[in-house]
Amino acid sequence: MSYVILIIALPFAAFVINGLLSGKIPHRFAGWLATGAIGVAAVLAWLTAYSYFFQSTSFEKIIPFQITWLSFTETLQIDMGILLDPISVMMLVVITTVSLMVFLYSLGYMQGEKGFVRYYAFLSLFSFSMLGLVVATNLFQLYMFWELVGVSSDLLIGYYYDKPEAVAAAKKAFIVTRFADFGFLVGILLLSYYTGTFDFAAITDPNHTAFTTMTGSLFLGLSVLTWALMLIFMGGAGKSAMFPLHIWLPDAMEGPTPVSALIHAATMVVAGVFLVARMFPVFSFHAPEALDAVAFIGVFTLLFAAIIACTQTDIKRILAFSTMSQIGYMMLALGVSDYGDQGLGFTASMFHLFTHAFFKALLFLGAGSIIHAIHSNDIREMGNLRKHQPVTHIVFLIACLAIAGIPPFAGFFSKDEILAATLNSSPVYFAIATFTAGLTAFYMFRLYFLVFWNRETVYEYKPHESSFIMLVPMIVLAVGSAVAGFIPFGKFVSSDSQPLHIEMNQTVAILSIVVAATGILIAWALYKKESPLSEKIASTLNGLYRVALKKFYIDELYVFITKKIIFNLISKPIAWFDRHVIDALMDFTATATNKVSAEIKGLQSGQLQHYAYIFLSGVVLIVLIMIFNYT
Amino acid sequence: MIIFSLMAVTSRRILRAAVYLLFALAGTAALYFMIDYQFLAAVQLIVYAGGIVVLIIFSILLTTHINEKLEKPAPGKVFITAVLALGGFVLTVYALTQHNFVVSDLPQTEATVSHIGEKLLGYGEGGYVLPFEVISILLLAAMIGAIVIAKRKASDS
Amino acid sequence: MMEHVPISHVLIVTSAMFFIGVYGFLTRRNLVTMLIGVELMLNAVNINFVIFDRYLYPDQISGHFFALFIIAIAAAEAAVAIAIFINLYRNIRSIDVEEVDKMKY
Repeated sequence: MSYVILIIALPFAAFVINGLLSGKIPHRFAGWLATGAIGVAAVLAWLTAYSYFFQSTSFEKIIPFQITWLSFTETLQIDMGILLDPISVMMLVVITTVSLMVFLYSLGYMQGEKGFVRYYAFLSLFSFSMLGLVVATNLFQLYMFWELVGVSSDLLIGYYYDKPEAVAAAKKAFIVTRFADFGFLVGILLLSYYTGTFDFAAITDPNHTAFTTMTGSLFLGLSVLTWALMLIFMGGAGKSAMFPLHIWLPDAMEGPTPVSALIHAATMVVAGVFLVARMFPVFSFHAPEALDAVAFIGVFTLLFAAIIACTQTDIKRILAFSTMSQIGYMMLALGVSDYGDQGLGFTASMFHLFTHAFFKALLFLGAGSIIHAIHSNDIREMGNLRKHQPVTHIVFLIACLAIAGIPPFAGFFSKDEILAATLNSSPVYFAIATFTAGLTAFYMFRLYFLVFWNRETVYEYKPHESSFIMLVPMIVLAVGSAVAGFIPFGKFVSSDSQPLHIEMNQTVAILSIVVAATGILIAWALYKKESPLSEKIASTLNGLYRVALKKFYIDELYVFITKKIIFNLISKPIAWFDRHVIDALMDFTATATNKVSAEIKGLQSGQLQHYAYIFLSGVVLIVLIMIFNYT
Repeated sequence: MIIFSLMAVTSRRILRAAVYLLFALAGTAALYFMIDYQFLAAVQLIVYAGGIVVLIIFSILLTTHINEKLEKPAPGKVFITAVLALGGFVLTVYALTQHNFVVSDLPQTEATVSHIGEKLLGYGEGGYVLPFEVISILLLAAMIGAIVIAKRKASDS
Repeated sequence: MMEHVPISHVLIVTSAMFFIGVYGFLTRRNLVTMLIGVELMLNAVNINFVIFDRYLYPDQISGHFFALFIIAIAAAEAAVAIAIFINLYRNIRSIDVEEVDKMKY
């Protein structure tokens, strides 16, 4: 299994070559180099998965590669290594595959763009950091790659750095996730302070002795361990755009569309889910309260984002909110899950992560194809595109069916598992999740009908089908979205690495299909043809519609909090103190020195003889004093 | 000697001041002769009278006109300086008269040229080879420094 | 030849010479004449060395050597000083000490 290191090393090599030689090598070469590197990595990842899942019976944690990187004390040291277990192998497959598709797609999409080589360098860097993240053997390595992911995502969002919106979005994404990562870091430090190790193998061992002391000591009514895990989850929530740290994700759509597909749909945003899954035994055994928080935030976000998605008009933003909603599902599933036999939620969450990566990447690539064709993001300017882009239309339809949860497409199976898991734990959450499944179907098909059906639109540019190199990845992903659901996921991925037998819950399945079909039908009725009905509904629900359109004013709330409260109440007095007390002290020192200097500078006349006078007088005076003292 | 010194610092013709300095230095040399330090007297004559004064005269000729009279120093300045100098002088004389010098009766060491030479290069007790070497380096440095400073810059011409 | 001259008389003469040098240094405005004052002071000190050596410690001729070295240093000093004067004169067409105040604060 030692070739696993290559999976990580290859994208890094591509990044180094493209980054260093940017501007010196031709575009095509740079693109194919990076694509080739990730392609080989993808093949290796599939090989790894094959040998891991099919050639061994038990899914133990394997560490094929490890070096000690920093050694602080005898007991506390930081390693760099590769950890293979079911979820990391699964993530390797997902990331390399989706990356490969996006790399291929970008060859067509980004053709002729300025900074093509830079784009591929950043993309490779991102793949490298994401892969490093999922195979991390310890929390610290994970944190390092976590930050690397943040940086490369920031670079890619701000790819069009001459566009002020893109720069602002990059800044926003960076600051929000950075803020969350601060919590993450504190959580890591807390956890490692008590356990004395960063290693996942040790931390996730349910019988680890250190946890008893942590669960014993209380802070504000919750154990220290719970707080540590909450803080770690805060980092995950930041990356995964959970409420209330979600505000960066919609703006992040300023980046190139393939970037949105790769980062903000399929891989990076699920890092938070992955993190919680990685730490799941700790959550499950020692801090169920933290897990409850995960579930609550998950369910809130999935409903919240779905409602907003119904009102947006920017195609990429709709997809962004739908991403948030789907990740909410994953978090919810993790939150309601148990360890071991009752770990349906864990498996369901990972399963949904897996399938979601395919259909969401496909949705974004499809959106990219549409945007590429008509040079607009606004769905109100689209319509009847099925005539112009038949292939895009088909794959987009597949993706929509998948996300809506219509069998036999992938989303149905994973979402069904999530709903079943939720039902076992909390009926209220189940109701919300099911309702949102309908909502999901509604807004996805609203998008679908508005773009591909509806009225005939006159386009400024004649829309055309995308080039072959862009269609291939979309078709591959469409196949993935269609069939990924048939993988018996429970056999491979479960919370305790033991095969989990999953039975389909008939009632839940039928219910979810009915709900999804209802959503699609409503969308069909409202948006299939150009009709005034949707406007009418929007105006009847005027308040809710407006609020949702404005994303529930969360952005405004943030601005209010930062501007009004933090700036005015905290920063301003501090600034005042700084300016009028600290600076004044400094100024006083400076002006006093100045004044004194100005006064005494006359003594430095530059006249040699003046100095001699003074000198001589001094000598005479001293001699006088000496003589009279001695006699 | 005193008179020459006085005239050297008061003469308003700069060239004459230099010549008065020459006489004062020559008087010093005479003093050395009188105490039987012939070699020192010779050095005094050669270096001071022959070297420095010539140098001074040379620079005077370079920087001033021959007939130019120096302006009279301001009376106030003269007064203050005179008071200071006289004060210092009186103090010194006072100290001198107060102090009782014990004049040695020991026979005088011969200050012949060969003796001086031996001493100057001796490195045993009472030898001066280190200061001798140091002074030679100082002279070299001064020579180079003087040339560099006084040299016309290449861009000037 | 000088045995009948008391040492204090010679010392009074040299101190007079020294303070004349001081006077010259302070009153003159031409740099060259100031240098003359400095030479006078140096010379006076030089005589002092020799006289102390001759009268008080005739067995060791250290003062004699001091005088020799002082003469050498005086020569070096004069050479450098005059080089500076010449350069100064070339730059500001004057060797008046009161005009040399460019380097104050």
